[in-house]
Amino acid sequence: MIPAHAIGVYRRNSWLLGWGGAFAVAIVVWLGADWWQWAVKAPKELSWHVEALGSCTSVRYCVTGFMKWMLGNEAYLFPWTFKEFTRAVAACIEMPYQFIRALLSTGFEIPLGNGEIWSIPAVSWIGLTIVTVLFAWRIKDGMLAVIVLLSFLCLVGFGQWESATVTLASIMVAVPIGIVFGVALGILGYRHKRFEQAIMPVLDLMQTVPIFAYLVPVLFMFGFGPVSAITATVIYAMPPMVRITILALHSVPFEIKEFGKMAGCNRRQITWRVLIPSAKPGLMVGVNQVIMLSLNMVIIASMIGAGGLGFDVLASLRRQAIGDGIEAGVAITLIAIVLDRLSQAWAVRGTAHHPSETPRNWFNQYRNTAYALVILLATTAAGFVVPFFSQWPETLELTTGQFWNDLVKWININFFDQLEAFKVFILLNILKPVKLFLLSLPWVVVLLFLAVAGLQLGGWRLAVLVVSLALFILITGQWEKAMITVYLCGISVVFASLIGMTVGVFASRNPVFKKIVIVSIDTLQTLPSFVYLLPVVMLFRVGDFSAMVAVVLYALPPAIRYTLYGIENIHESLVEAAKTSGCTRWQLLSKVQIRLAWPEIMLGVNQTVMFALSMLVITALVGTRDLGQEVYIALTKADVGRGLVAGLSVAFIAIITDRLISAAARRRKAALGL
Amino acid sequence: MRTNKTFRALVAAAAVTLFVQAPAAFAQAESEDPIKITWHDWTGQFITATMIGEILKSMGYNVEFVPADYIAQFVGLESGDLHVAVEIWETTGKDALEASLATGNTVDLGETGMHAIEEWWYPLYMKEQCPGLPDWTALNDCAEAFGTPETLPKGRYLGGPVTWGGYDDERAEALGLNYEVVHAGTDAALFAEIESAYQRQAPILAWVYAPHWATAKYEGEWVDFPVYTDECYKDPSWGGNADMAYDCGKPRGWIKAVGWAEGEAKWPKAYQAIRNFTIDNELMSSLIVKVDLEGMSVEEVVGEWLRDNEAVWKPWTQ
Repeated sequence: MIPAHAIGVYRRNSWLLGWGGAFAVAIVVWLGADWWQWAVKAPKELSWHVEALGSCTSVRYCVTGFMKWMLGNEAYLFPWTFKEFTRAVAACIEMPYQFIRALLSTGFEIPLGNGEIWSIPAVSWIGLTIVTVLFAWRIKDGMLAVIVLLSFLCLVGFGQWESATVTLASIMVAVPIGIVFGVALGILGYRHKRFEQAIMPVLDLMQTVPIFAYLVPVLFMFGFGPVSAITATVIYAMPPMVRITILALHSVPFEIKEFGKMAGCNRRQITWRVLIPSAKPGLMVGVNQVIMLSLNMVIIASMIGAGGLGFDVLASLRRQAIGDGIEAGVAITLIAIVLDRLSQAWAVRGTAHHPSETPRNWFNQYRNTAYALVILLATTAAGFVVPFFSQWPETLELTTGQFWNDLVKWININFFDQLEAFKVFILLNILKPVKLFLLSLPWVVVLLFLAVAGLQLGGWRLAVLVVSLALFILITGQWEKAMITVYLCGISVVFASLIGMTVGVFASRNPVFKKIVIVSIDTLQTLPSFVYLLPVVMLFRVGDFSAMVAVVLYALPPAIRYTLYGIENIHESLVEAAKTSGCTRWQLLSKVQIRLAWPEIMLGVNQTVMFALSMLVITALVGTRDLGQEVYIALTKADVGRGLVAGLSVAFIAIITDRLISAAARRRKAALGL
Repeated sequence: MRTNKTFRALVAAAAVTLFVQAPAAFAQAESEDPIKITWHDWTGQFITATMIGEILKSMGYNVEFVPADYIAQFVGLESGDLHVAVEIWETTGKDALEASLATGNTVDLGETGMHAIEEWWYPLYMKEQCPGLPDWTALNDCAEAFGTPETLPKGRYLGGPVTWGGYDDERAEALGLNYEVVHAGTDAALFAEIESAYQRQAPILAWVYAPHWATAKYEGEWVDFPVYTDECYKDPSWGGNADMAYDCGKPRGWIKAVGWAEGEAKWPKAYQAIRNFTIDNELMSSLIVKVDLEGMSVEEVVGEWLRDNEAVWKPWTQ
């Protein structure tokens, strides 16, 4: 057996050897830059000329070519062509969507034989509000009912009802699809270890490839309109459901499963009668995630034909009506809050009222449904007589639009110079030098450092993974744009983490402040980033700084949340012990709390990186020159290959960071003995 | 949730029965399939689309409006998911349009009569600091006035999104302009900066196009560059700079409607009406102002115009 201190020495030596070697090579490359141009400047996109492959001369052309072939008439998915198949799927999604949309928003128009049209109005807003409020009250309490009531009244009062119902309709179609597929894949993953291993990288990609990158292929496959929007939403919102299903099923106690077997259940019965019901609380967390992520997609979905609130946000920003944009954005937040609270309440209730405790009262169930139906029909019918029931009168609509416009204008006129001075300082002293430094780094050195980091933190498997992902970026000719991405994202993450940790630490000490912070970050997370993108541009001009501010705002919530969580979850006894041994508050914080919470904080940083990367694609709309812009250009030019290659590069940066940070956090946790 | 589910099922069942009972008919138009007109995200286009849509409705066609991206919509037009796009600008959409027409799946539905202008633009108050404007040769003398701390001693010109093309980087170089060209990511970001500068009466030089509400809201002028010709873009020896192309202003040009090719056979009269449709910049600007600056809705504005000008548009439908 090797003595413990010998391992320590060996490890320290290999650590020194690795990093020292990397630095040495870096310096050599640096000095010899003039001779080894190839090692410094990233090569152009790798291309080849093989007759047999036709026009497929580089990765992105191959992707585009493949897509064309799939959608041409040669690719068969027995017995249809691929395109016929995807269009059939689209039709299946389209039908329920059109139905729900007509029900909630537009009403039905049925042509009668003689050229007249029989129109049935949409469900009355009053009816829908009353039923939802009663539902909230029944599954939770009066407080939730009040929240629902106020939110609905806001939607109606601010004239957002019509758009809100369109948005709601697409959510009501996307969420069930996401849940069904998520659970199905989750069950497969639970049953077959191989399948789980195969699907995990796919899920990683689904979550990290920017949505803009797969919008174009989705458009090609499912046609223009709400169906494509719904499909893109499902792709983005489903992965957490799969992960959580697998996790939840695995965490069902062994005894329960055994009991199912002893009771003579077959495999199907065990899954559906035993495992799924027992895993319900976990699954409901997944449902909640799917709902929230679907709402995140509302704006992007409206770019390809979803309409609704997202479209209102885009249209009002287009005419610089910041106030109107904020109102439509807040409406999305309100829907998110209502759906979030309702689904959470439902999840909790689902466990509290176990069937065995309260005997089912079928009469009760039907009575409530009947009441709901009566209310809906009565209020909708009343709309024929009293217009108020079918539509909130326009004269009573409130608007705060002008207030927001004036506020931004006031800040702009009175504080622009101060903001400008601050911006110029940061830009010249931090942003520019970092950008120049990163762009001048030889690619060979970057790959080497990645390899050493991978080796040190997680062994050779990790090293091979990160290096090959980075190589993909290199050979597809995205290196420079990738470095700009790393620069913008990196600086934003540093700022977001610093601010987030500070706020998190303060929040952990003051309960009132904590409440304020939590409400603010909840809002910040569901408010579409487009809404604050424009005021940021007005105050900071088009450029990297504006992009950075927007990314920091968006990436802040996880940094705060995880810091708070980490510090609050430190065992009480450890804090007490530190206090009794005479730590000052500062010592307690720096020597005990932050150190013990470090693994959680690192996870927070990890999440911050993920958020920042997903936001970078949106800041391309302000005018950055990174991979986000590449994806955006590909979107507007409908270039499948270019978009997917750039999108994958973004995803690979995310995966490299994620794997390295997770490995570091794991090591740290092990070192702390947690 | 069970309450909810049962309720939904019941409502669905009820509605389905209603559907089944209703017989389908009515046929003044050649086909009752809806004509899908795309809707982008600028007011002028809403107005054109709504106007054409309402005119087609008056002829008995079913019309649907589908929000779609300006360039991405061509995919839909070629496959028949979308049917008509009412505003393709020569200045920004020419390449995409030509590529699409070349596939044979779309047809040119003619010019709308509007005239697209795109050029470097400055607010009128900048003339005090730079009296030589609008002549482009004055730009270099005022480079510092148009500069920001990041660009000084160069001036700063805010161009459109890279996807709009426009050759501004080339233009600045060919004309020897001492300016840094910064690209806004989107239309919205571009006008946000103009709005911000205008509020403060601060210097700004940016890409503005017409018809657009900006020309009505802000007082300003376009820079006078050497007039565009085809040779200027193709032939380096043309113009003031003998070695480089793009030493002139931007092209001004048509705004066209485009449609799905098979629609020609399906709704011939509708396509003809769209070809007949014509509207000029002045009228369009006045309608845009009513919507964006006076706060009326697009439907109101279009409805009002159609009511008062039946004599103008009725002949288009014949």
